[in-house]
Amino acid sequence: MTIEFLYWQDCPSHEEALARLRSAIAASGRVEAELRIIKVDTEEQARELKFPGSPTIRVNGVDVAPEGAGGPHGLTCRIYLRPDGRVSPLPPEQMLLDALLLAGG
Amino acid sequence: MTLQIGDKAPAFKLTNVDGSTVSLDNLERCNAVAVVFSCNHCPYVLAWEDRLIAIQKDYAHRGVQLVLINSNDAVKYPADSFEAMKSHAAAKGYPFPYLHDSTQQVAHAYGAERTPHVFLFDGEGKLAYAGAIDDNYEEPAAVKHPYLRDALDAVLSGSAPEVALTPSVGCTIKWK
Repeated sequence: MTIEFLYWQDCPSHEEALARLRSAIAASGRVEAELRIIKVDTEEQARELKFPGSPTIRVNGVDVAPEGAGGPHGLTCRIYLRPDGRVSPLPPEQMLLDALLLAGG
Repeated sequence: MTLQIGDKAPAFKLTNVDGSTVSLDNLERCNAVAVVFSCNHCPYVLAWEDRLIAIQKDYAHRGVQLVLINSNDAVKYPADSFEAMKSHAAAKGYPFPYLHDSTQQVAHAYGAERTPHVFLFDGEGKLAYAGAIDDNYEEPAAVKHPYLRDALDAVLSGSAPEVALTPSVGCTIKWK
């Protein structure tokens, strides 16, 4: 399993997002998974990586929140929907856990 | 340049989403004015904006006026276009002006850095508080320090806010 964590330095939530991801990885038991942390620095890089905003997390190439993974691609913060319908700059930990468990089969 | 506590509010004259022009001069009779740099798409703005709406409604009768200003580059970020601002303000029923700083001059004049970024001015037009709305963008029920409300209460009672400066929390302003 490969997990990619893509972030933009100016996004204020990227550190907390990474902490949530690490917590979800531990909870899922997928400790053997390869975690790649990718810092997106330029608009060109954002386009090449199809980066819809920070943070973006992909498990085996699949975005944990596919509905928000479309364009435009660029250096910006990303919006996630919480289970209660509210907006957050961070993916809920349950969303991450579900994605990890689903990808593992 | 960043404003310091006690500085006078830099003047502005910007287009509101209803087509009117709003200038700082229009607000000189208010007991307090909170200029909030905001936008349409930042998740931090979206997480906090219902609280801004509530603050305006709660303090309107005491002569407080919030003014939201969008300075983001709408070329790189079309979600922050003026048309999108009009739609967003209408959808949320904004009870305050939502102004378009298309040249970004006002953002530069205030030293705004992020969205949202609050600049609260007292009845004399002097900066009394700057920074975040409160200490928890994600959970309104878990807010321990409602910075803007506390600052408003202080200003309206003629006192200096106990907390005058906090770091603004949110997305960076999208500069041209």
